[in-house]
Amino acid sequence: MLPRQVVSNTTETTASARRFRFNWVDSFLWFIRVAAIITIVVGLTGTIQNFIAGEGPTVTQWRDLFVSSISTGAMYGLVALGYSMVYGVLGFINFAHGEVFMSGIMVGWVAATLLFQYGLWDANPFFSLAVVLVIAMITSTLIAVLTEKVAYRPLRGAPRLIPLITSIGVSFFLQYAFAGLFGVGLQTYPSPPGILGRDINILGVPIEGTKLLVIVVAILAMIALWYFVTRTKTGRAMRAVAEDKEIAGLMGINVDRTIIMTFAVGGAMAGVGGLLWALLFRNVQFITGFLPGIKAFTAAVLGGIGNLPGAMLGGVLLGLFEGMGPLLVLDGLGIPAVSQLKDAVAFSALILVLVFRPSGLLGERLGSEERA
Amino acid sequence: MFKNKSTRLVAVLSALALIVAACGDGGGGGDFEAGELGAVTVEAGEAIQIRSLQVISGPDATLGIPEERAVRLAVADYGQIHGHDVEVGTGLDDLCSADGGQAAAQTIVADDQVVGVIGTSCSGAATAAMPLISEDGMVMISGSNTSPALTSDLAGTAGSDYHDGYYRTAHNDLIQGAAAATFMYEELGLTEVALIHDGDPYTQGLTTAFQNAFEELGGTITVHTSIPKGTTDAAPVLTEVAGTNPQGVFMPIFIAEATAIAQQKGNVSGLEDVTFMGADGILSPAFIEEVPESADFYFSGPDLRFGENTNEATDVNAEEFLAAYEAEHNEAPTAPFWAHAYDATTLLLTAIENVAVVDGDVLHIDRQALRDELNSVSGFSGIIGTLNCDEFGDCGAAAITVIQNTDNVYANATENVVFSYVPEG
Amino acid sequence: MIDFKRSINFGLLAGVSMSFLGSIGMIETFNARTLINPILRMGDLFLYGTLLAIAYFAARGELNVLEQPKVEKGTGMLTGAAVGLVAAVFTSLFLLLIDSVNVVRFFPNMDQSMIDSLTFEQGIPLGLLLLAAASVVVGAVGGLLPALSKEVRKSVWLVSSWVLSIALLEVVVSDIVENRSAIRLIYAPGGGLRLWSVAVIAVLVVVLSRRYEGRLGAFTTKVKESDPKSRLRRGIIALAIFAAIVLPMLLGGILNELLINVSLLILMGLGLNIVVGLAGLLDLGYVAFFAVGAYGMAVLTSPLSPTISPELSWWLALPVVLVLATFAGLLVGTPVIRMRGDYLAIVTLGFGEIVRILLLSDWFTPVFGGSQGIRRIPGVQVPFLGEVGGTRPELFVYLTTAFVLIAAYISYRAQESRVGRSWAAMREDEDVAEAIGISTVQAKLLAFVTGAIVASFAGALFAAKVGAVFTNSFDVLVSIVILVVVIVGGMGSIPGVVVGAFVLIGVLGGPKSPGLLQEFAEYKLLFYGAILVVMMLKKPEGLLPSVRRSRELHQEDMAQDAWLDKEAHLLEDRLEV
Repeated sequence: MLPRQVVSNTTETTASARRFRFNWVDSFLWFIRVAAIITIVVGLTGTIQNFIAGEGPTVTQWRDLFVSSISTGAMYGLVALGYSMVYGVLGFINFAHGEVFMSGIMVGWVAATLLFQYGLWDANPFFSLAVVLVIAMITSTLIAVLTEKVAYRPLRGAPRLIPLITSIGVSFFLQYAFAGLFGVGLQTYPSPPGILGRDINILGVPIEGTKLLVIVVAILAMIALWYFVTRTKTGRAMRAVAEDKEIAGLMGINVDRTIIMTFAVGGAMAGVGGLLWALLFRNVQFITGFLPGIKAFTAAVLGGIGNLPGAMLGGVLLGLFEGMGPLLVLDGLGIPAVSQLKDAVAFSALILVLVFRPSGLLGERLGSEERA
Repeated sequence: MFKNKSTRLVAVLSALALIVAACGDGGGGGDFEAGELGAVTVEAGEAIQIRSLQVISGPDATLGIPEERAVRLAVADYGQIHGHDVEVGTGLDDLCSADGGQAAAQTIVADDQVVGVIGTSCSGAATAAMPLISEDGMVMISGSNTSPALTSDLAGTAGSDYHDGYYRTAHNDLIQGAAAATFMYEELGLTEVALIHDGDPYTQGLTTAFQNAFEELGGTITVHTSIPKGTTDAAPVLTEVAGTNPQGVFMPIFIAEATAIAQQKGNVSGLEDVTFMGADGILSPAFIEEVPESADFYFSGPDLRFGENTNEATDVNAEEFLAAYEAEHNEAPTAPFWAHAYDATTLLLTAIENVAVVDGDVLHIDRQALRDELNSVSGFSGIIGTLNCDEFGDCGAAAITVIQNTDNVYANATENVVFSYVPEG
Repeated sequence: MIDFKRSINFGLLAGVSMSFLGSIGMIETFNARTLINPILRMGDLFLYGTLLAIAYFAARGELNVLEQPKVEKGTGMLTGAAVGLVAAVFTSLFLLLIDSVNVVRFFPNMDQSMIDSLTFEQGIPLGLLLLAAASVVVGAVGGLLPALSKEVRKSVWLVSSWVLSIALLEVVVSDIVENRSAIRLIYAPGGGLRLWSVAVIAVLVVVLSRRYEGRLGAFTTKVKESDPKSRLRRGIIALAIFAAIVLPMLLGGILNELLINVSLLILMGLGLNIVVGLAGLLDLGYVAFFAVGAYGMAVLTSPLSPTISPELSWWLALPVVLVLATFAGLLVGTPVIRMRGDYLAIVTLGFGEIVRILLLSDWFTPVFGGSQGIRRIPGVQVPFLGEVGGTRPELFVYLTTAFVLIAAYISYRAQESRVGRSWAAMREDEDVAEAIGISTVQAKLLAFVTGAIVASFAGALFAAKVGAVFTNSFDVLVSIVILVVVIVGGMGSIPGVVVGAFVLIGVLGGPKSPGLLQEFAEYKLLFYGAILVVMMLKKPEGLLPSVRRSRELHQEDMAQDAWLDKEAHLLEDRLEV
């Protein structure tokens, strides 16, 4: 930051030349911003007109979609926490985090199937879910810590592209290792225990039990994480390491241990996210982590990377964008078969947010070294 | 150090290889006169070469693996042809994609001993493989391609991707589209139906065929949408569908996405009384038995009541085949097209046997004669029914049935036929 | 003296690896291929190869760059044998566990046939003994290796790599040597080298390597030290071009097809190399430009293109495609211009997916054919030869080679030019680059556009070759595979990209095409992942690194703890203000 200012003051020719070119780029960006706003407004108007004319989804259907989008988003948010924490501390995107998430769901599936086989699933639903949760958390934590030890630790201090590329390799290795071990087929969790299938009334709005549970668990996990990061010694060490590894080391913080803790906590959150996935979608495949992983990273960027509440907010917003965006905006524009554009809407949202607010909605929180 | 030495050695060895290649240009001769496409000569003691080209890796492998296994079982059941073994070689993979099909076809046509191919699994792969196979004079018989473009529109016009030498035992999409539309419109009395495909050429082709047939009957398509492959969150697409108030949904998609739809349709209001119908992509135990929510679903697909149908070339019926299959692979076939691939293989072998000219211990197989022979197949009795090839290679038994899943037991569902459709003519 | 703890640790590592390879079904699948008839199958090669490598490292000890530890023969063998024994015991226990508990429901590959594949098809009691015996022997050999003299070790390495390559590349040899009886002479009927041909190869390799060793070494040093513009260098380039012209005539259809696929990947690799390697912009959606090229060509040339169907010839359509690619490059490049490296990665990945989703969507079906793709794309019209498409690989390969040469020339010139230097400066430090008067906006956009144009060449050729385009040829996997090619070859290095593409795409197979080793199909991406990680950890500069790049990376190595340095700089900056 600083050097740039110094120089632009001294060498005027460069500065003016740059200003000219920057204007060209800026006007293009302004064009994108305006076009995006116009598109959204026109789309929304179209949808509202349709709604008034009695076409398209009813109020109940919109409400159901809203609830399910929020619960999907809450799950993204939990996975996003892992990305955000690793990014905050080490400054690179851990692409393999999606696979950390998948590993928990996969091993959790084995547990759930066994519990179901022995009749515990229906007889003792909350105990069973707790068992699955613990197993998913342990698996994800183990995988996260293991990848850190084997693949990332030797790269500490390397140019930032290097660990990022390594994590892409780890991601593919884990995916296909799981494909080899568990088969390529889609594995289905047993149906959720009876109680969760029922609707529960919250302030007069009936919400499906599973989705309510998802939202509640996400909020609880978030509070626990917040407490951990701000109130415990390890959490403070983590923030210190994020701020500056070397100085933290000099202050007597065990940097390696703290980084492992970061991965472990991120893994555990991914494990919780895994349980939510299992409740929401009830199936798992080796590829399950890839797209949600990318989406979760998108969520982390949306909220402002390195920023924990931002990750959660980004997740929920992304869930809403991709769940409701197609029907709410694109349908109003008269585009056919809008729901197949769901992922395109999610990525467009990412691009637009970065065009409007380059450091995410709630702003980045990075250590000084990452900013350089 | 090593690298450079290796380079030098490569040069020496390739020079050696060149000399060998230049010297060894022998073979051929005899009284047999080959037709315009040439002929395959099988020397004494050599095997007749055919190939299997199915999707055997990736997520679509559940479709192709049973087909490849059926090809091998059929070859084993058929036995020798005029004293020569039949060899399938390494199973080739069409990767369910155009480029995969082309690469594999390139491998096949490189070996001029190959007489014919059983494949591909996916229509997209056939599109790119067939130009090579056809130009090389070979024949290819598919057990699961259904795109009308590969054969004809059933009214005498060749499809845009038709090439000589292409045959299939699977039904043409146009037949299944018409069957499903007729069932929903006439049998169930539904006039407003939503369609969901998954972006695959097969499913989109089928929903399009359905739409045309359904609208011709007088029905309305409320929405023709899509759940892209890999989608787990079906709420948006279900809401989109529910928003158009359909009476029925036709979704000829595959297991993963169909599972998502079946499991999540209960959470979307307005779909409670909607009739769901799938097609052969989910007509398998993995959907019917593993997904309890698939109860009451209808499925259109080939007539799976093989009963006592016996393949005339090998005297094997469905029950015997399945017993042999399970004995060898410890599992039931994962997709219903094994029977089509089995019949396709025996069809090819029978045709080879009929056209082969025996010259002592040597066998000559004329490529054009083989095509003519296959084009004139009529009344061939296979496991899937009676096969008749038309001039564009549609040899399928053409009967489509609709079944209903009532109790989540696959065997019961396949017997629970609620509608059968045989095209006129 | 044997270090028991070390042996046990390495033995456990070997045991876990062997059990893992078995559990994912790899040994079983690979065993279908015989390499040396009747003693070695491909699965066994991987199984015991892993053990051999681990035993070797166990016996060799930690490698110090300055002094090679001396290993006694006896100690080495004992260490290796101990590693083998521990590995065998672990694997046997694992197999016994699988045998007694039925886990096929969860782990479909852990069945009887997996046990059989690891026990030489002999089943539990007898097979386990065989496994133990084989492991101990292989372990001992692995442990012996570091104790042997350098000369012997080199010969062992040479002989085994040549024998295995010739065995693995049976398809290549059969494709070149069209004479069936000659093939039968070398290879057994069921596949695999005959034992006597192994002996002949071994003798040949040893004799030839002894004879030519010194001279070759001298020659390479001469090449390495020569001036890039010297006659020698030019001679080598001319020779390579000559080989590229003659080679396809000698090869059969399979190898030419493979060569085309490799060339297309080289082409895209060269393009991505400009973006990632030279300009340092991590683009994970590079496939989008490939898709633009392919779909652009398809729409412009195919008679089946739904709405817009000018049915141009390939050559007429090419300039239009290039304009489209330029637009695409600007469109993707402009919004991301201010983004930091990591955001760039995710945003470009998003762009890649958006392009694929839109091409597939029902919305754009009237233009791009949607699910049904665009088919019947004509080949490239070449004077006197007519239409050259995928059905004539022996001709098409010249087209791809020509475009590879063009792309290589473009990247070479770009790299050496002013732009290239500004990319290098930008890659090192954007702020500094900006400060010394480089317009990073211009440099970035130029990198994106050049990269997009090169990828669109590949796309245009791809469309003409396959004759049909469907969106599943353009998924995110392709971007990743191209990235792996660039990284394995060496970021920023043109010969590196070529080598990377040959090694990975040629042998393991591309994203949608099989390589020479078709058995890899299911495990291809597992290997890609593992290779990527190992390369990054051990050799981040790639197989054939560019000089500049490896200098940078080694600087970073040394600067690992140089935070004091950095802090000092920061302090200086502050003081200046």
